[in-house]
Amino acid sequence: MPRKHTSRRLAADLALLAVTAAFALPLAWVVLSAVDPHAGLRVRIPDGLTWANFHAVLTPDITYTPLLNSLILCGGATALTVVCAALAAYPLSRFRSRLNRPFLLAILFATSLPITAVMVPVYALFVRVDLIDTMQGTILFFAASQLPFAIWLMKNFMDGVPKELEEAAWTDGASSPQSLVRIVLPLMGPGLAVVTVFSFVMMWGNFFVPFMLLLTPDEMPASVSINDFFGNRGMVAYGQLAAFSVIYSTPVILLYVLVARRLGGGFALGGAVKG
Amino acid sequence: MRHSPGRARRFTRALPLTPAVVLILLFLAGPIAYCVYIAFTDLQLTGQAHSSFVGFANFRRAFRDSEFINAVWLTLVFTVLSSLVGQNTLGLALAALMKRASKPVRTITGAVVVTAWVLPEVVAGFLLYAFFRREGTLNAVLDWLHLPRQNWLFTLPVLAVSFANVWRGTAFSMLVYSAALDEIPAEITEAAEVDGAGGWRRMWHVTLPMIRRSIATNLMLNTLQTLSVFGLIWVMTRGGPGNKSQTLPLFMYEQAFQNSMIGYGTAVALLLLLVGSLFSVVYLRLLRTEV
Repeated sequence: MPRKHTSRRLAADLALLAVTAAFALPLAWVVLSAVDPHAGLRVRIPDGLTWANFHAVLTPDITYTPLLNSLILCGGATALTVVCAALAAYPLSRFRSRLNRPFLLAILFATSLPITAVMVPVYALFVRVDLIDTMQGTILFFAASQLPFAIWLMKNFMDGVPKELEEAAWTDGASSPQSLVRIVLPLMGPGLAVVTVFSFVMMWGNFFVPFMLLLTPDEMPASVSINDFFGNRGMVAYGQLAAFSVIYSTPVILLYVLVARRLGGGFALGGAVKG
Repeated sequence: MRHSPGRARRFTRALPLTPAVVLILLFLAGPIAYCVYIAFTDLQLTGQAHSSFVGFANFRRAFRDSEFINAVWLTLVFTVLSSLVGQNTLGLALAALMKRASKPVRTITGAVVVTAWVLPEVVAGFLLYAFFRREGTLNAVLDWLHLPRQNWLFTLPVLAVSFANVWRGTAFSMLVYSAALDEIPAEITEAAEVDGAGGWRRMWHVTLPMIRRSIATNLMLNTLQTLSVFGLIWVMTRGGPGNKSQTLPLFMYEQAFQNSMIGYGTAVALLLLLVGSLFSVVYLRLLRTEV
C-alpha cells in the first residue's frame, strides 16, 4: 500500500511539473528578457546581466506618469467602490426586508454581465454628457462596474460578524452608523482587505475601459500606455517591454500574495462560486 | 423580537444603499438602457447631426453580414475551446493531481498558474504574443523536439488566442475545484477505494457527481468571462490576420469605431449582452438556494 501511494504521488508530481513548465515558459520570457542586453522574442538564458532595460524605461514619460495615472484611477475607483459597498452591504446584512432578496439577485445578475459589451454605449453616453476623456468619468464607471461584485462579497463577509456584539452596542446607545464604523468594519478587517485588493487588482489590469474612455496620452494608465512599445516607437525593444511589464505587474502580484497568504488560496471566489 | 419597523425607520435603514444604487443606475444600468435605445438607431460617429430610429435594421443587417456570422462562429470556437474544454478540464485535472502530489510540487504549480491569472491582461497578451510568434518560444521548443514549426499567429490565430485564454484563466477553475475537492469527505473516497473502485471509476462515479454544482457554476463563470475577452486578443492579433481571430467584442469595436457605426456596433453589443444575460440567469438558478 505505501509503495503504491509513493508511485502514485510520483506520477502526479511528474504530470504537474510538465504542465507547470508549459505555464512557466511565457513567464520565464518576461523575467529573463528584462535583464537580457540582447532580448528577443524567445526564452533564453541571457549571456550577460544588465539593468539597462530598467534604466531605459524608468523615465517620467514611459513609466512614472502611466503608473501614477493607474494609481489615481484605480485608487480613486477602489476607494469609491469600497465605501459604497460597505454602506450598501450593511442594511442588506443586518436588517430583514422584503427587498433584500430581489436586490441581491439583481446584484448577482449584474456581476456576471459581460461589461465589455457595454463599452460602446458607455462611450456614446460619455460623449453626450461630456465625461469622455476625464479621469473622474473613468473612475465613476470603474466603480460602478466593480460595485455589484464588491457589494456581494462585502455582504457575505459582513454576515460573518455576529449580530450580538452589535446589539450590545445598540443598548449602550450607539447608532447604526456608529456600530458599522466602530464594530462591524474592524471585525471584518480581512474581508475588507479582500474587497479592496480584489477591486484594485481588477482595475489595475483592465485595458478596455481606459482604452475607450480616455483619449489624452498624458492621462493613459499603464494598461494602455504599454501599447506604445509597439507602433509609435518603431522597432520594438523587447528587453524594455519586458522590463516595463515586470514593473507594471509587480504591485498586483505582491498585493495578491499579501491577501492570499492571509486567507488561503481561493480568496477571490468568496461567495460567488460556492457550489 | 423587534416590532416591524415603521415607514420612516425603513427609509433610514435603506439610506446607506443610496450611493451604490445611484452609481449603478447612472453608470451601469443607464448605459445598458441607452444601449437598447441606440441599437435601434443609425447613430454614427461623425458627419451626422441627428440619428433616426431604424427599427430592427441593425439586427437584420447583422444576420446578413458574413463578417458578423464569422465573428459569432469564432466566438463560439474560442469559448468552447478555451473555456469549456481548456480552462475547465485542465483546472479540474490540476486540482485532482494536486491532491495527490507532494507539497513542494503543489506549491510551485499553484504559484505559477495563479501568477498567470493575476498578471494584467495586456501583459499576459504580450507574453503569449512573444510565445506564439514565428521567432518565439513555441517554435523553438518544437524545433528542439524535431516537430514541424508554424507561424501560429498567422495560420492558426484562433487556436493561439484560445491557448492564451487557457493559460490566463485556468487558475480560476483550479481554485474552484481545489476547494470543491477538499469538501468531499475522506470516508466516501476511502469507502469507494475499499470497494475496489480504481482511479478513473472513482473520479467518474464518486467525485464528479459530488462536485457537479461546482462544475456547473464554474462553467457558467468561465463562459461569461471568455465571452467578454477583448484586451488579450487585441494585443495578440488585433483580430487578424484579416478577421481570422475577430470575436464578437472585437467585431463590435471595429464596427463602432473604425467604421464609425455606433448604432450597428451597439446592436452587436446588445446581442452579446443578451447572450450574457441568458447565461447569467442560468447561473442564478444554479445558485438559487444560496441567496
